[in-house]
Parts: sequence; structure tokens; C-alpha cells
Amino acid sequence: MIDDTVRVAERIDLLTAETSEGEQGLQSRASTSSGQLRREVGAVLRLDGKTLDPSSIDYEVRDDETMIINMGPAHPSTHGVLRLMLELDGEFVLRTKPVVGYLHTGMEKTGEELSYVQGGTNVTRMDYLSPVINELSYSMAVEKLLGIEVPERAVWIRMLMSELNRVCSHLVWMATNGMDLGASSMMIYGLRERELILAFFEKTAGLRMNLNYVRPGGVAADLADGWQDDVTVICDTIHDRTFDYDQLLTGQPLFRQRMVGVAPITAEEALALGLTGPLLRSTGVPWDLRRTMPYLAYDQVDFDVIVGTYGDNFDRYAIRLNEIRESIRIVRQCIEKMPSGDYRSQDPKVTPPPRARIGESMEALIHHFKLFTEGFQVPEGEVYSAVESPRGELGCYLVADGGAKPYRIHVRAPSFVNLQAIPLLMRGGTVSDAITVISTVDPVMGEVDR
Amino acid sequence: MIALPPLAPPGVLTSDGHDAAICCFPTKQQYVALVDAFKNDGFEMCVDLCGVDYLEFPTRQLPSGVTPTRFEVVVNLLSLSRRERVRIRVQAGDDEPEVDTLFDVYPGTEALEREAFDMFGVLFTNHPDLTRILMPEEWEGHPLRKDYGSGRIPVQFKQTPGPR
Amino acid sequence: MALEDLQHNFLTGRIEDLVRWARRASVWPASFGLACCAIEMMATGGADFDIARFGMEVFRNSPRQADLMIVAGRVSQKMAPVLRQVYDQMMEPKWVISMGVCASTGGLFNNYAIVQGVDQIVPVDVYAPGCPPSPETLMHAILTLHETIRTGDILKRRDEGRPLHLAHDQSSWTPEVPVAVRVGTPK
Repeated sequence: MIDDTVRVAERIDLLTAETSEGEQGLQSRASTSSGQLRREVGAVLRLDGKTLDPSSIDYEVRDDETMIINMGPAHPSTHGVLRLMLELDGEFVLRTKPVVGYLHTGMEKTGEELSYVQGGTNVTRMDYLSPVINELSYSMAVEKLLGIEVPERAVWIRMLMSELNRVCSHLVWMATNGMDLGASSMMIYGLRERELILAFFEKTAGLRMNLNYVRPGGVAADLADGWQDDVTVICDTIHDRTFDYDQLLTGQPLFRQRMVGVAPITAEEALALGLTGPLLRSTGVPWDLRRTMPYLAYDQVDFDVIVGTYGDNFDRYAIRLNEIRESIRIVRQCIEKMPSGDYRSQDPKVTPPPRARIGESMEALIHHFKLFTEGFQVPEGEVYSAVESPRGELGCYLVADGGAKPYRIHVRAPSFVNLQAIPLLMRGGTVSDAITVISTVDPVMGEVDR
Repeated sequence: MIALPPLAPPGVLTSDGHDAAICCFPTKQQYVALVDAFKNDGFEMCVDLCGVDYLEFPTRQLPSGVTPTRFEVVVNLLSLSRRERVRIRVQAGDDEPEVDTLFDVYPGTEALEREAFDMFGVLFTNHPDLTRILMPEEWEGHPLRKDYGSGRIPVQFKQTPGPR
Repeated sequence: MALEDLQHNFLTGRIEDLVRWARRASVWPASFGLACCAIEMMATGGADFDIARFGMEVFRNSPRQADLMIVAGRVSQKMAPVLRQVYDQMMEPKWVISMGVCASTGGLFNNYAIVQGVDQIVPVDVYAPGCPPSPETLMHAILTLHETIRTGDILKRRDEGRPLHLAHDQSSWTPEVPVAVRVGTPK
């Protein structure tokens, strides 16, 4: 006769053993070294006693007074598969440790097996909310190694698509942030506006997401006829509707109580942790690569870098909302200033012959075939190219050995680095604040784990 | 190309950085002191840290005087005030790569160093919590090493027999 | 009671049909978003595509309350045990849609990190192709599943084929993640 209670208990143990990540998780205080504890409570960021009071390091808390609970990786508010282990004292969070890797895809390894032509399909799937910007970072790195110039029109098309993508990404952020806070209508609105942009992407590149549109040497296809009208409609609609979001969220007392003054971070802490993007700007540091180290043609358009003051949740929200408006400003200027010309480099090394010539000329056919089977060779060297993604500095470090495939491709993912701020931001807050912290840090797990 | 910071340890080899302002090749002993000197010189942020395995590409170009090793740790620093980047490449060793941690200089390198450890097996001395970060805890091997297979499974275009 | 006494119209039918109809019309998905496909799954729940037309807008966060697991995105080796655990927590009857090529076959990422097909871990009813599948593709998969439910066997259990001695022998019980899934492949 089988004792069901025993069996069920064993089963739970086995399942826990199967899903536990051992040392990667948060340990009890008894088995944590003092150095590690100081790190987990953020004491290493003390920086001469200015930013964190040394006496607030709670060495005297005992294990039997606290509880370690697990949140994720299948949790609705963790934006994917982030797993957090929280040490709670009642309702208050003392220590937090993010456990990542649940979406580790081995993209850096796969990137070494794909040629430079194919590489775009790989990187575009890293940060799935801003595929164009991923491709841009990768393409710019390859172009720097090759030393080729991109035609003026391609530069502006890239800029147009990047900014539309930034709007798209921030809209999804607005939607999910609203849902995390219980503002479900924001979820519906955010996704509704996003569809406008996705329809334009589909028209231009053929896909809604993961476009593989920006490629080394230019972009994959020219903009469709009448794109100006489409983009103007998108700009007008979304710009008007951002004011609806103001009414729905910005001035809402319930929303403000969850956001204003919650989880602040200072500029010193942000810099020490290497945070970039809206997290860094919310502390008042005006650092936006589009302005400070301009790439593409960002030095020829007029836009504002939005900065916050307090570094709290509300600043991060307000920055993203206003960046939607600024991006739309840039998009409007792209419509006006879009030059004519080629949409991709005419260097035969990287660019296949036009489709029409393949039917006529044997050389063109061979050229096309070789380019897409063998790829092109990139001279030896290493390069780091950085662009401003919606989440911060997106860098691509590329090592080339002279062959047709990258020797090493490393992506500096802004979410991965920004995630380190979570323990600091959550410390001392309640569990419900923890939800808003995850949301406003805005990690995209595909990019964190790569 | 910019000059090395005044506090830099003597004898650091450098080269033109192309996209960065300067590329430095410190030895393991000079490494942390050099990064610290750059930090005092206005490089507020450590943007990126990654490992590279040069097993299949030992002929890379290095300034004379640098002994190439199999593993390399590449650090990218950023100065917000001067709007400059520097790159530091340190030769980490052949079989058991090991360098000192940058955690005390830039706490933000914690996760990046854990990733380099997970993917390449580079040990970072004095790192507060050197555990795997992306792979499962009991995983064997370091996947981004060049002698580690990609794990590709041949694609079968025929239905395989067997119960489903 | 004779049927003549009823005040309303009525239909007669088999209880199986009624059960199938009820199940088909209220499939509650578990929100199990993993990667890119999860964004398209959210878009399917959004205003433009409106999954509520199929009685499926209630994305349940607790697996105990869900009937359908939409595996939206690539499943890594680290995630595989978690996915199986969530699946085991779901109540019978339950169904699985494998959304996107990464979940179905591993897709672009044929490497050490990704499980080459979620059907190695959980039984899959419908595969939706695409990278990521557009919301229309997902809705087609959902309608296909509805048709399967409408014509399926209502008493079938997932664990039915499992040998009894395994189900009751404590010492040999293992979580149903294949061991091969967690072993690395050095060259």
C-alpha cells in the first residue's frame, strides 16, 4: 500500500531539485559570506559614505526572521522569464537576487557559425522589442571593419526605422507597465497603437517583428511608395494619443502613488553600476548616445534628450513617454529631409546585383549565389560599435579573423547590465513596489540571456 | 590617440584604438591598476567586459612585446565627461585563465564577469559571487570556448519512427 | 416530468457533445510567454485581433486555472524543467500549442542551449509555424485546436499510456524531463 502523503512530499522535493539553480540563487544569511552580503545589500556602492548609510547594512537580521521566496520564472509581471529570489521581512524586501539564463539561446555561439550576411537574422532576435536597433548596431560594426560608406538615403531610412522602432518598444513598455499596475486599459491602448507601426514594418520589410531589414551596406529594401503618408498618419495618431495616456496615467492619483518617489537611484550609483538609457537619464545625467556621440545623422536632426531629476519610477515613466514624442519629432524630420539615391551601398563586395540583372547576366547570377552561400570576407580586426537602444547603450563587439564568419560576436546588452540595479532599487520597498521596479527597469529577457 | 592617464602603471603597451581613443595591452599585474588609473582620469563607466577565446586564431595582430595567450579579456571603458572610449585587452592565460576582478573599481562589472566565467571559464580572483549566470548550475564545460561543440543536431527531413 | 410540460424550446443531444462544446468555447490559456512569440501572443490578446472572440481572453497566470499552454518562444535547457513543472501543475484536460519554430523544432538556434522541439518535454497538440507567427497564424492554430477538442475523446487522459508500476513506484519516479536534455555536448 502506498502512502500518498509521502509520495507527494517526495515528488515536491524532486521537482524542487530539478528546478533549483543552487549557488546561483539567493542563499540564507548563514551561508552567505560578508562580502557577498555587502554586495547584495548594495553597500559596495556606498562611495565614501555618501549614497548609502553604512549603518543600514543589516548584519543583525537573522535567518529565522526573514523568508526567502521565489518569484518567476513563470510569473506574469517579470516580463518574460526573469526569476527573482526575494528575502522578505514581512512585506518588505531586504535582499534580492535576479537569476537569469532561462532564455539563454546561445546566440553568440550561433553567430560564429553564420556568415556576415546571415548574422542579421541572429542579432535581430536578441532584443525582440527593438529588432531594427540590434541590426543597426551589428551592421555598423561590420561596416566599420569593412570600411565602407553607407549612402545618404540608407542612413536616413535607418534613422526613420530606428525611431519608429523606439516608439514601438516604448509603447509595449507602456502597455505592460500599465498591466503590471492594474491599468489594463493601457495594455489595450499600447498594443493598439503598436499595430500601426507594425503594419508599416510589414509593408516595408515584409515582417512584423525580427525584420532583418538593416544589413551591412544599407537596408534590405527601399521604402514603399507613399510611405510619407503612412508615416505621417502614424505620427499624428500616436502623438495625439500620448495625451490620452497623460489623462489615463500621468495625473492618476492611484498611478502616482505607485510611481512617485518609489525606488529612487542616484547618479553615482547608476554610473557605478554601468546603467544606461532611461535609468541613467532619470537620475539627471544627460547621456544619450544619439546626442553625445552621434551616429547615423542624429547630429542633423532636432530633438531633446529627456532627463529626470529624482531617479524614481515616475521619472523613468515620464522619460519613456516623452521619448515617444521626441522620436516622433525625429520621424517627422526624416520625412522632410529624406534624400533620394541608393538605399544600399553599390559596393559589389557586400551588395547583391539587382534582381532584374540576375535573369540576364550569368556573372550577376554567380555573384548573387556566391554572396549568399559563401558571404563576403571581412578584414582582420576588432571593433566595438554602440547605439542607443530604447533600453540603453547597445554595443556590438566583433572580432574578425579575415574569413566570412565573425570570429567572435559579443553583444553588450543594456538590459543585462541594467538588471544589476534591481537589488538596489527593491531594497527596503514592499513587494508591490518590487513589481513596479521590474517594470520600470524594463528588461527584455531575450537580450539579457542572448 | 590619447595619452595614458597620469596614474597608469609604467610600461603599459598601447596601440591605435580605431573606434576607441586608445587600446591598451596591460599585463595581468598592471590590469587593475590601469583600470583604476583610467577611472581616476574621468572614465566613469565600465561599459562592457567580455572574454575571447583565440584558440583558432593565434595569429592576431598585437603590438610587439605582448605575448599572446589563448584567452583574452576585453574591457571597454567610457568617459561621459570627455566623450571618449578606451579599450583594454588583457591576456588572461592559456589553460586556466585567471585575472583579478574589476568589481572593486566598477561594481557594474559583476554580472559581466560572471558571464565571462560562465561562457569561457575565466576565473576572476576576489569576485564576490563567481557562479554560473546563464547556463544551468550543473552544466559541464564553457560553451563559448572554441573547443566546445555548438551542439548542433542534424536535421532529419524524414519522419522518425517511434511512439509519439 | 413529461417533455410537454416544458415552457421553453429545447434541444436534445449527447452529453459528450455538450461537454466538448463547453470545453471548446472556454479554453483558458496559461500566460507562458518566453520570447519574441510572447509579444505576438500579447498582440493577439490586444484590440486589433481580439482573442476574446474565441472565449480565450482570460490569460490565467496560475497554471491550476488554465487548460491550454501556449509555449511562445524558444525553450532553453534551463527553462525545460520549469516548463515541465508548469505543465504538470495544470489540471486535466489540458492542451499544448507550440508557437513558433523555436518551440517546435529549435528553429534558427540549433545549438547547445535550446531544446530542439518542446515536444521532447510535453506532448504538443498543435504546432504554429512562423518566426514569430503572426497573430493570424496563432488564431489559426487555436481554431485547429478547437476543432480537435470538438471532435476528440472527452475521457482521454494524458498519462493513460503510462505503465502503472512507474506511476506507483516511489523509488523510480523521476520528473519527466529527459536526462539527455541537461547534458552538455563537448566536441
